[in-house]
Amino acid sequence: MDVFRLHFDIDGGSFASAGNASVEVKKTLRQLGVSNAVIRRCSIAMYEGEINMVIHADGGTADVEVYPDRIVMVLEDHGPGIPDVELAMKEGYSTATEQIHNMGFGAGMGLPNMKRSSDDLKIETKVGVGTKITMVVRL
Amino acid sequence: MTIREIMKLLDAQVLCCEDALDSEVVDAFSCDMMSDVLAFATNESLLITGLLNPQVVRTAMMLDMRCIVFVCGKIPTPEIISLARENGIVLLVTDHYMFTASGRLYATGMLRGE
Repeated sequence: MDVFRLHFDIDGGSFASAGNASVEVKKTLRQLGVSNAVIRRCSIAMYEGEINMVIHADGGTADVEVYPDRIVMVLEDHGPGIPDVELAMKEGYSTATEQIHNMGFGAGMGLPNMKRSSDDLKIETKVGVGTKITMVVRL
Repeated sequence: MTIREIMKLLDAQVLCCEDALDSEVVDAFSCDMMSDVLAFATNESLLITGLLNPQVVRTAMMLDMRCIVFVCGKIPTPEIISLARENGIVLLVTDHYMFTASGRLYATGMLRGE
């Protein structure tokens, strides 16, 4: 069974270019003939994840796998980790700076948006080591 | 309503993708917080915002929006304009405030994507 794979190195140094990987994922899913509703959910989940990696973790990697029945997105960084995952999942909770707020993010909607847009969201995180987020969207 | 009609209603200028001015837009979302747009927008095809950075265009791209209206006369940078042009998103700029711009569109019966 063929699995389509994409890998991205997310540059943490530039907020302006954040989202480039998500744009590529979206284009690829469209080329693969994935439905608009699924593309939309994957796009939102991936984009919020990518923005989070740039804001909080100085970048990281993203791996996307397209299976016949699901799309799996794995975002991994070596950032500060999330001390309290339950708190981080609450809508409105954010540790982002004022500068990030001024750029239209850091409203505490990133992780909740990722959860809402995916069928499964798994967060593996360790303070001082990094965070790995696995999201599954079923086709 | 076409983007051309929206342009007229908002006394707006077009900054790129003039060839798409006759595209139809039926619903809109007004917001400066891109996370809120990603969380709460449903099927809107028009984004009204006072925020100026490339993420506004990428947010619109993620949601298949066709047009962005910048309010309060804020002119986006050439970088923002070229990103929108490359991706076929019409950029408009109006001197009206977000409240006025949204109100004028709402008064025509434009929906909120519901």
